[in-house]
Amino acid sequence: MTIQFNEETFRDDYSFYNSDWAIKRFPFPFHEDSYMYSVNMEQHRGGPKGSVYEMRFDVDEHYVSEMKDRELVLADDPLRCQSLPHMTLAGWDLLELIMVSKSEDYPDLFELHRDGNHWRWINKPLGIDDTFTFLDETTLPYGPMEYITRQAQGDFCVLDQRDEMLWMDAGMVTTQADWSLDFDIGMNFFEWHAPVPLAHEMGIFKRALKFLLNVQQGAPARRLNWTMTVNPLLDTSPENYHKWGIQKTTLTPENLGAKQHLRVELQTFFRLPRSNALVFPIRCYLISFQDLVTIPKWGRRLHRVVRDLPVELATYKGFIDNRPMMLDYLSKFDDGLPTSPGVFPDLDTEPPLSG
Amino acid sequence: MSAAPQKAKPGAEQIPVTVSAVVPLNDLVTRFEFKRRDGKPFPTFSGGAHTVVTMNDDGRTRLNPYSLMSDPSDTSTYAISVRRDDNGRGGSLFMHTRVNVGDEMTITYPVNLFSLDLRARKHLFFAGGIGITPFLSMIAQLELMNGNWELHYSVRTEALGSYVDELRYKFPNKVHVYYDDKSEAIPLEDLLDGQPLGTNAYVCGPKGMIDWIHATAESAGWPDAQVHSEEFLAPAPGKPFEVRLCKSDLTIQVGENESLLEAIERSGVEAPFLCRGGACGQCETNVVSYDGEFVHRDHWLDDEQHADGSKIMPCVSRFVGKSLELDR
Repeated sequence: MTIQFNEETFRDDYSFYNSDWAIKRFPFPFHEDSYMYSVNMEQHRGGPKGSVYEMRFDVDEHYVSEMKDRELVLADDPLRCQSLPHMTLAGWDLLELIMVSKSEDYPDLFELHRDGNHWRWINKPLGIDDTFTFLDETTLPYGPMEYITRQAQGDFCVLDQRDEMLWMDAGMVTTQADWSLDFDIGMNFFEWHAPVPLAHEMGIFKRALKFLLNVQQGAPARRLNWTMTVNPLLDTSPENYHKWGIQKTTLTPENLGAKQHLRVELQTFFRLPRSNALVFPIRCYLISFQDLVTIPKWGRRLHRVVRDLPVELATYKGFIDNRPMMLDYLSKFDDGLPTSPGVFPDLDTEPPLSG
Repeated sequence: MSAAPQKAKPGAEQIPVTVSAVVPLNDLVTRFEFKRRDGKPFPTFSGGAHTVVTMNDDGRTRLNPYSLMSDPSDTSTYAISVRRDDNGRGGSLFMHTRVNVGDEMTITYPVNLFSLDLRARKHLFFAGGIGITPFLSMIAQLELMNGNWELHYSVRTEALGSYVDELRYKFPNKVHVYYDDKSEAIPLEDLLDGQPLGTNAYVCGPKGMIDWIHATAESAGWPDAQVHSEEFLAPAPGKPFEVRLCKSDLTIQVGENESLLEAIERSGVEAPFLCRGGACGQCETNVVSYDGEFVHRDHWLDDEQHADGSKIMPCVSRFVGKSLELDR
């Protein structure tokens, strides 16, 4: 399949859009009509054909424009990409993982030619054709992690594993849901999760850490997380809160369907071979409410989830003030019919909206 | 999220291999080399990683962990070195007496429970006997990265010093060997004193050596997090006992020469595992009820958990008493 890349922006005029293809394959995160935290991990070994779960690193119509947006963020704030000195080897591991995966999964878009440590990397969508020496930093324009993550959608946290603990020791973070790599760099797993409500008391992080410490080579894992974003912003960072936070007050009943977006993170976890570090790619997908409700099952379910979400979570996810307006909008797409289990649209079997 | 639900399999991913070389090193230790049957390259790995070898011993499945000792950047071959244990449960004897070049076996993807701290300014290695194996891959990795390391290797006799000659030849200034039969001992206190700030120490060898190095380093003021150790326990034989598996609704017998984990697997119940040596924590199992005494041998549970009888690591620990019920 050849992908038609969108001409679009995630700032200023917000020309971002999802094609019908992108809407139908959107990673809707709710498998039932309510939501509570869980460690919801599963193996990352492909998924239904064409779904975002199929490939190790999903490439979609937003690829080129997302990479342009990353370049703009980094130009303003180079600290969005950091790697502590001992993490360079993990950076090479990540570069290898992404290059090998993309060239195998999308041979029409990416090519990797290896002769020992002499490598040639061709990235057709971005017009890159580079030759370099693997494990020799001086042969690349950036460090290995920065080089490859300027060419890969989603944020990347590279976690060192020591003393039965994970440490946020490197990352490329420009599409984040309100957290800061510059603030979290060097922190351990419990420290960087400290702001999350309820989950600590539920023992979620202890269980999650235990799981992640045991993610092994050849057996990657994945989970979904979600939040809400007004306007299709990739960069909702604390550093720029003064720019985007205020936009949450611009919602009106008339513009909500277009402006309010469900933001879903496909989080994956891979053990890196040489460094024994763990890479944690966080891929962000955005969909406007008006696009989402074109899938009847999702419209019904999103209404129920948003309506019944505990106040703490709606506050933490930053939409408690707008929740009444969101519910007014979404209630029009919930006719009370039951929904099928699982996350997929089930367009052939789920009834259209009645009335 | 149930996008594509797949049940996690116990153990790491498997790689079908052929034995490509069997090299006796001395009276006790033999090296086994493997090639992939599908002709693909092996995954690279990090120094200190191990693999679990599946042995088919006349219908009885044995799963033993061994450190990968080959160069991690050599993806054509994996190698392990196995010390024959005549009083053990038979895994090492099987490897020594039954495994030949050309045999087909299955090994797992690399798993590392003993990795280098890549922040370290210097890596100080202490090996005892067959405990040399993880350091061979660590040294290969550090040499590639121009790392700063030093090895202190204690062996029983010159004849039993596996890889001593190669190591000394390649790294004459970094390798120090001590012979028990010449009453040579590692000058541990001197070595721990005066190392550059940011040095990490690593020890692999018999339990006594590991305890000695931890205790000496602690009293010399070394931070605990800078002293790393790995000891694979082989499950020790013990008196047979009976176990009730609640979830599976089964009562099983654990034989004298098998571990509780092996008995659970033999009964057809899938149980999680990784290292099978009491270190990784994967097989941790809740105890529902018991009347008797646990024989805890793992490094995973803490003293409190060992004392309160709430959990057991079935890969290495046993039970003596009237009844034991597990949440499995």
